[in-house]
This record gives sequence, structure tokens and C-alpha cells, in this order.
Amino acid sequence: MKQNRHNHVRLPAAILAVLGLSTVSASAMHIAEGYLPKVWAFGWMAVCIPFVAAGFLSIRKKVERSPKAKVLLAMCGAFAFVLSALKLPSISGSCSHPTGVGLGAILFGPTATTVLGLIVLLFQALLLAHGGLTTLGANLFSMAIVGPLVSWGVYRGLKKAGAKPAVAVFCAAALGDLLTYVTTSFQLGVVYGNITEYLTIFAVTQIPLAIAEGLLTVVVFNVLEKYSAAELRELSVL
Amino acid sequence: MKVWQKNLILIALVVLLAAFPLWYCRDAEFGGADGMAGELIEETNPDYEPWFQPIFEPASGEVESLLFALQAAIGSGVVCFVLGRLTAKKPEGEKKV
Repeated sequence: MKQNRHNHVRLPAAILAVLGLSTVSASAMHIAEGYLPKVWAFGWMAVCIPFVAAGFLSIRKKVERSPKAKVLLAMCGAFAFVLSALKLPSISGSCSHPTGVGLGAILFGPTATTVLGLIVLLFQALLLAHGGLTTLGANLFSMAIVGPLVSWGVYRGLKKAGAKPAVAVFCAAALGDLLTYVTTSFQLGVVYGNITEYLTIFAVTQIPLAIAEGLLTVVVFNVLEKYSAAELRELSVL
Repeated sequence: MKVWQKNLILIALVVLLAAFPLWYCRDAEFGGADGMAGELIEETNPDYEPWFQPIFEPASGEVESLLFALQAAIGSGVVCFVLGRLTAKKPEGEKKV
């Protein structure tokens, strides 16, 4: 009987161990720690500072105007947290992850999302050795400034052109995601040459993931559209 | 079509998108794109030395996967909590009835 109980414990433990081993150190996409020369590393940080400052101000203003929006803002941050933890396989035979910042950009505008992206990038740089502190500026610029700006612009543009909200959300999130990685490719290409090679590594890998991010953003948006239309109107999303 | 039906289809599409590459390129390694970029930098600029090391690195692949799982769990916890609160209310249109 005792023997039997031991086996019950051992089998799941063995399975867990195998699963654990099979996921050994697969880092994913941001520019790794120390891989940008100092001039570029600090230059990108300087570029980001005004956007981060504007982001804090923008969040304060939006929360003051509609306190209920705080909950939605927390959800947008959490959404980016989940999506940037999901490393997905791509048709290029390598893995990368979505950014999840499109939702925040559509709901709260690009600079507010910069702050959300900063939280995600800091978590990954400090605890996961993914991305890095020296490359924080460059990664913040691609994921939390260019991406959200593109998403926000595409959403507003398509909405004005009369597209359905769900279609506009899909295009906004997918393009914001893709352009983030195009930016990363340029950031490396400018320093090391071979822009096209970085584009094939990052941007091509990202195409199916960008589509996935677009679809997932629409999933959340569908629920919001039905249940918190009032808040969305207050944020002038609808 | 109801919202949950629409969303179920969308989520199924995402699963297909993630599963397709595993079947389509069976021999691929599925390593990280940033690792490949690091290799390319080292190849084309053999003299380049990364000038800063991560302050803290997960002790092993297991610890790293723990932290990634934690990140996803915290995130989805908050997302689902908020969505749960929102959907507990009646949708706008039906309130007045």
C-alpha cells in the first residue's frame, strides 16, 4: 500500500521534471542586455524620457476625469503582462512573443501605454534576464512608443473611415505588434548593419504572432463593447 | 452571433495559428528570435563584447519557466477578475428594460 502511494507521487513528479527540462532557456525577442553600444543605449533612454513623463500625466488626467477607467487601465496592463509572457512558435521555425500593448493604446492612447510597457519591460529585465536594463530605452521605444503609436493611429484612422470597431481593433493591434519588431530590426541594423537579416529574424517571425495578438485583442474588446460601452464612450473609444 | 460564440471562434483561430508551425516545420528548433539576433551580432561583429551582464539571471530553465508562468498567471488573474466584474452587470442595452 505504502509502495503504491509513493508511485502516485513519483509519476507526476517525473512528468513535471521532463516538461520542465524541455523548456530550458528559450529567451525570446527584446534586444538583450549589453548588446547595444553605450552611445545608443543611453541615446534611446533619453528619447524615451519625454514619452514616459507625458504618459504619467496622461494617466493622471484620464483617471481624474473618469475614476472607473482605473480598473480598465489595470486590465490593459495585465493584458500586456500575459501576452508578453506567451512565447509562441512561428512559421520561421523560431519563437517570439506578442506585446499586448495594442489594447492599452486603443483605450488610453499611446503615451499612457508607454507607462504600462515600462512596467512589463522592467519585470522581464530584472527578474527574467529577458531584454535588459541597458537596452531598456531601445526596447521601450519599439514596444511601448512605436507600437502603441501605430495601434492608436490605425484605430483612430480606421474608425474615422467608418470601419467596424472590431475590424479597426484587429488591424490596430496586429500592425502595432508587427511594427514593434520592425523597429527592433532597424535599431540593431543601424548599429550593426544587415537590416534585412534582422528583419527576417524578427519581423517575419512576428507575422503570425501579430495576427494572433490582433485576434486576442478583439476577444477582449468584444466583451468590453458589450458590457462597458459607457466607459468606452467616456474614453472616446466608441 | 453571441459574443461568447464569436470569441470562441477567435480563440480557436489563435490556437490554430500557434499549432500550425509545430506541424509545418517539424525539424525546426524553435529557439528564441533574440538569441538568433545575438548570434548574428557576434558573427558580423566578432569584436563586440556585451558591456553589461544581467544583474539577476534565473538559476535554471525551471526557475525561468516558473517566473514566466507567474507573469502570465498574475496577468490573466487581473484580466479575468476585471472581465468577471464587468460581465456580472447587465449589458448597457438591457439595463433599462
